[in-house]
Amino acid sequence: MKRRAFLKTSAGAGIAAGAALTMGGYEKLWATSSSAAAADKYDMVALMGGSPDAMFDLGIQELGGMGNFVQKGQKVLIKPNMGWDVIPEMAANTNPLLIKRIVEHCIRAGAREVYVVDHTMDNWVNCYKNSGIERAAKSAGAKVVPGNSESYYHEIEIPGGVKLKSAKVHELLLETDVFINVPVLKDHNSVRMTCCLKNTMGLVWNRGYWHSNDLNQCIADYALYEKKPALNIVDCYNVMVKHGPQGVSREDIVTMKSQIISSDWVAADAAGAKMLGVPVEKVEYIPIAHKMGLGNMNLDSLNIKRIKM
Amino acid sequence: MTSPQLRRIRIVISSVIFFCFFMVFIDLSHVIPSGYTNKLLFLQFIPSFVKFYNIKTFAATGFLFILILTLLSGRTYCSFLCPLGIWQDIFSRIGGRIKKKFRRYGYRKPFTILRYALLIITLIVTMTLGIYAITLLDPYSIFGRFMTFFVKPLVILINNLLAGILGKFDLYTISYIPVTGYTLAAYSVPAAFFIFVGILSLTKGRLYCNMICPVGTLLGLLSKISLYRIKFKESACTRCGRCAVGCKSSCIDFLSYDVDITRCVDCFNCINICQDNALTYSSVISGRKEASTDESKRNMIVASLLLLFGLPERGSAQEKPAPKPKKESTVKENRTFPVAPPGSVSIEDLNTWCTACSLCINACPNNVLHPAVSQYGLSGMMQPVMNYHKSFCTYNCTVCTEICPTFALKPLMLDAKKLTQLGKAIFIKDNCIVKTEKTACGACSESCPTKAVYMIPYEGNLVIPEVNSDICIGCGHCEFACPTTPYKAIFVDGNEVHKAAKKPENKESEIKTPVDFPF
Repeated sequence: MKRRAFLKTSAGAGIAAGAALTMGGYEKLWATSSSAAAADKYDMVALMGGSPDAMFDLGIQELGGMGNFVQKGQKVLIKPNMGWDVIPEMAANTNPLLIKRIVEHCIRAGAREVYVVDHTMDNWVNCYKNSGIERAAKSAGAKVVPGNSESYYHEIEIPGGVKLKSAKVHELLLETDVFINVPVLKDHNSVRMTCCLKNTMGLVWNRGYWHSNDLNQCIADYALYEKKPALNIVDCYNVMVKHGPQGVSREDIVTMKSQIISSDWVAADAAGAKMLGVPVEKVEYIPIAHKMGLGNMNLDSLNIKRIKM
Repeated sequence: MTSPQLRRIRIVISSVIFFCFFMVFIDLSHVIPSGYTNKLLFLQFIPSFVKFYNIKTFAATGFLFILILTLLSGRTYCSFLCPLGIWQDIFSRIGGRIKKKFRRYGYRKPFTILRYALLIITLIVTMTLGIYAITLLDPYSIFGRFMTFFVKPLVILINNLLAGILGKFDLYTISYIPVTGYTLAAYSVPAAFFIFVGILSLTKGRLYCNMICPVGTLLGLLSKISLYRIKFKESACTRCGRCAVGCKSSCIDFLSYDVDITRCVDCFNCINICQDNALTYSSVISGRKEASTDESKRNMIVASLLLLFGLPERGSAQEKPAPKPKKESTVKENRTFPVAPPGSVSIEDLNTWCTACSLCINACPNNVLHPAVSQYGLSGMMQPVMNYHKSFCTYNCTVCTEICPTFALKPLMLDAKKLTQLGKAIFIKDNCIVKTEKTACGACSESCPTKAVYMIPYEGNLVIPEVNSDICIGCGHCEFACPTTPYKAIFVDGNEVHKAAKKPENKESEIKTPVDFPF
């Protein structure tokens, strides 16, 4: 079966599934069809040895190209980690080259608009600037949007959340059709690792609540929210292995020249933990999310494409 | 000179100056470089004067220029350069629009006793007690506070309204800016002055400048011997009185052909009003008849100048009471000292040199600087203090130290600032989420730029914060990030005198570059 033909059938199946579940919502329908398409090939693509942009080029090709995840006329939200006022070499923020390349792929796939946003930890203007992401994303044609004020955030419900039953999320998450999660893999002082699931805190306004109400459970709970990422692209080019998530100096950084791409964020987090050398069960939110059925942390049972460049 | 151009030149220059000050204080996106701000502030009399005495170099001699300018041209400073003066001119104009009355001003007798008394009190207080009187009465600082407390919030509200409208159209070129509110008490002094100066300027022109302002009074004294001034050509005058009515300073007594030069701010309105060209702005030498010197008045000027220049010998040897520690028994965060901004060196230095113009409060990109109410005691009212409940000091930033017009905040290079310890983080274990809730948190350690706050094993898989005060710089990010309420589980206790923090040490990681996937 040719890929295009397959896509057509799977999209049809997606529509049928969507209708059958009477859930409606364009983005859900889309998520169904894309995961169906990707599942046919690989659950995850892991790359090593290239530059961040070259690895992504190859990785997304293995998953059938960006057209599998972004359709013509859709609005795309890219959520990097650019929460810290440091230079790219410090690897506290996602690699700007990678973000640029992802934006380019989205636009080539026919995205109507690509947005980049983060609710930063440090002063947002400095973060956007010094992370290099603002310039990189804009040069590729994305809109880089502020997330510094509560007025950008809207209350959403999280049905089934154990501790986190609602949150205030950035309006762009609600307005866009496709959500692409692009965390950078880092050590984290209290939850041991920050990667895909934890990156969502940068789309939330009232995250202080998470810290005071069982952080690990809240991180997993948030993943229940219906607007899930179509893709998770984990930047493991330079990895902060200690003193995370901010880092003190270059000694905290190990160059791993790697990348993990998956639609399953629990699986991508599990792979990230292995890269950091942290036992998966020690990153508490991963087993919690796994048990809640939000993804699969057992990497052995997944179809992983490993590429060395 | 009787040219109507004089007034036009005054309006153009003062508009430019006012616009520049407006931009410097508003600067919502923090784009104005500090070098520009410094140049603009160079010619502000009091800031430049205080800076001169603070650092005792001739790099800050703007006030000398003003003195010379006054000797040459009279109180042109008040009309051309003083932002508060220009502010009042704008108000007077508005006042004129509201109440179109022929006899707006007219000659009024000077408040001689009051204004000289205030000048002398300001001098005496400054020399014996400290900077309070200057803080209260420096026109530039008063203007700064007007901008910070009243104008800027208004501009932000308009900005946010625009941002909201543009946001609806998917445009994010203007971003929301949170309005920083201060403690209500901090508004008391600026509000009182705002109302007082506002009413006076709306109805009585420059009365504030000629009754209260010590800079106006001082320059007025100097202008008694100024070279250029407004004069009557008695032969041409028809005694119509229009000049007196149009004089913002109410200083023209046309019946006796007299212009009170100590109150004249050289606005040149009278020259324009006079239809008979009977008023000129010209040199004293040209039309001098018989100069009658008033020795006592000259002595007064000399004496006041001497008093001013005697200022640096004050203070340093004098024992000043330490700032009142903020002790509130109900508060668990037991701060011995408030946290003074970077570059202030010590709380005492800040209290000595800061005129509370609030420029730093505006310039801070993180809005961590707030006007103090009682944190420093009475001596430091309205001076900047770090408010770590509202924000924190950005690690990579030295803006406040770059723009201080009086050098109350001394310039710090970024590397030096990163090692300047403003205070020390203190951990209150009994407040901590990890202990009370038995769940993970680590918000404090996550935010710490030097990892002075780090996590150590606690119960089970849990980790709990610990502080290494040697490398803590007191930036307050931990305190800001701590989610506990009403009291934080970690807070910064200010250093009375700022110290040097140790450089954080870091070792190479044990994890090496992988050669294969670990999964």
